[in-house]
Amino acid sequence: MIEQLPVLLVVLPIIGGAIPLAASLVSDRAGWPVATLTLIGQAVLAGLLAWTVSTSGTVSYAVGGFAAPYGIELVVDGLSGAVALLVAVVSLGVLAYARQAGPHSGPFYGLYLLLVAGLTGMTVTGDVFNLYVFLEITGLAAYGLVASGRDASAAVAALKYLIIGTVGASLYLLGIGYLLAATGTLNMADLATKLGEMAAYDSTLVLTAFGLMVGGLTVKVALFPLHTWQPDAYANAPDTVSAFISALVSTVSAYALARLLFSVFTVEFLTAVPVARWALVGLACVSIIAGSALAVSQDSVQRMLAYSSVSQFGLVVAGFAIATPLAVVGATVHLLGHAVMKGGLFAATGVIERETGATTVNGYAGMGSRVPLPAFSFAVLSLAMVGVPPAVGFVGKWYIVLGAVNAENWPVVAVLLASTLLTLAYFARLVERLYFAEATIHSEPDEVPVTDGSGQAVSFGMIAVVVIAAALAVALTAAVPELQAMLEDTLPPLLNQ
Amino acid sequence: MFELLNSHYNYFAVMLLLGIGLYMLIESKNLVKKVIGMNIFQTGIFLFFITLAFRAGGNPPIIKEGGGPYVSPLPHVLILTAIVVGVSLTAVALALIIRIYTEYGTLDEDKLKQLYYD
Repeated sequence: MIEQLPVLLVVLPIIGGAIPLAASLVSDRAGWPVATLTLIGQAVLAGLLAWTVSTSGTVSYAVGGFAAPYGIELVVDGLSGAVALLVAVVSLGVLAYARQAGPHSGPFYGLYLLLVAGLTGMTVTGDVFNLYVFLEITGLAAYGLVASGRDASAAVAALKYLIIGTVGASLYLLGIGYLLAATGTLNMADLATKLGEMAAYDSTLVLTAFGLMVGGLTVKVALFPLHTWQPDAYANAPDTVSAFISALVSTVSAYALARLLFSVFTVEFLTAVPVARWALVGLACVSIIAGSALAVSQDSVQRMLAYSSVSQFGLVVAGFAIATPLAVVGATVHLLGHAVMKGGLFAATGVIERETGATTVNGYAGMGSRVPLPAFSFAVLSLAMVGVPPAVGFVGKWYIVLGAVNAENWPVVAVLLASTLLTLAYFARLVERLYFAEATIHSEPDEVPVTDGSGQAVSFGMIAVVVIAAALAVALTAAVPELQAMLEDTLPPLLNQ
Repeated sequence: MFELLNSHYNYFAVMLLLGIGLYMLIESKNLVKKVIGMNIFQTGIFLFFITLAFRAGGNPPIIKEGGGPYVSPLPHVLILTAIVVGVSLTAVALALIIRIYTEYGTLDEDKLKQLYYD
């Protein structure tokens, strides 16, 4: 049972996703209950798997009985176990939000579960080509979900996302070709061994493969200047989808990037080819600064949050590229913490918009007294994102900075510290409007959002999701030692300590 | 130069396809042509993989006595999967374009931008 868990995690949501799609021919009401049951099962399995990994080490499974390195291998270690659990829990949480916020259709929940399957697959796979397939499954489901908005602008945003995302994934595929030509294998562990034996890290073939694969994945992570799909997609998608994909899609792509760095190219590659590390660190730093600068200049709150993601993922990638144990722990903590915080922030914007019609920074003025609970949660999540202790945002950034100091990488330290200030710049502006400015919107929203007949725009579930996300943003700090223990067995071999 | 062209013409075709595809994707104003460009770009990658598998004097990988040497079947299988992915992407892209066309009545990127930001 335990060794089958990785594959069950992928298969369960695919099967679950087929049911609402088939049932939608008869009724659209089946979607939510089926998705909830499936994801409860998913969360239990992911929890069991994470617990197994943290107590008895890596779990691996040979798909179809073909032994690695010839067959596809699924490998779950501390890092992927934590991300798989995050995917299961966050997608279950967002469902509570979707109950009222919609869209209420069978195909929507089919796509939703397909996205969970794709994300989990990217997390557990130990094969670079399999990763490409799951990357595209994730992409296809995400394009469909973004386009599920009522407005036709959602279709435009989805098409833009599709074209840019496909080029990114295709570049990654081209990189696999170069890697296959260099080594003749696709299994991650085998690739690392073969690349090490060849001792040709600086050969043109390997360098090109690195450039193409990392370049392709940074499109999916949405680092500056490859982020252009992201603000449109997040702002035009339905609120449920914004909360879901902003929390998970880029997160899992960043995890895949880390997996590629540590499990395929390894730290020796980064040491042997300093230019690769510098390019990645440089890209991350540019992303941190440019993302924050763009976020400050936004008027729409959702677009501001989207640009904030560009900046925060710069931080995460910088942590991975520095590749000291502390920096990697910090990057992982920030990766997981960011998912909860950003998902919660998008959910909060959805609630505030439904209650008051406010969508812009100026519109948020005075909302602190009008919608106290969502506004308070929004403020807590904002401050957590800035990195005010004891929130989880602080712990992640603290470890990344400590890692950069240990590596004596002073320019990065400077950028990281400046990034906190920049994050404060755009979030403080909002929190100030929420509580200390005169309200600019007094009327009820003109267009009452479509409800499921209960007569209210915002359900208890939606508020609960926002409040729980805010609570988690603070409480997760307590779970950081657990995560560190989980990563303790995983990281040293990856980082060659 | 001619020697290189003669022995590596597949790779030149790959570069040409990648270049044409990417250029169309970026430069064409028509959304459908953009998707065609995306397909050409992907086809270039498919050809690259198939070329990788080539081996002079190799036989199809059906194991029999005295049948070797064989060409590598792995890239073929990978590309079979990638083609399926490419078809699904094209389908989703065209579905989105139909929705855009029914709503905005245009496939031109510039006109769409004007309508989109109004």
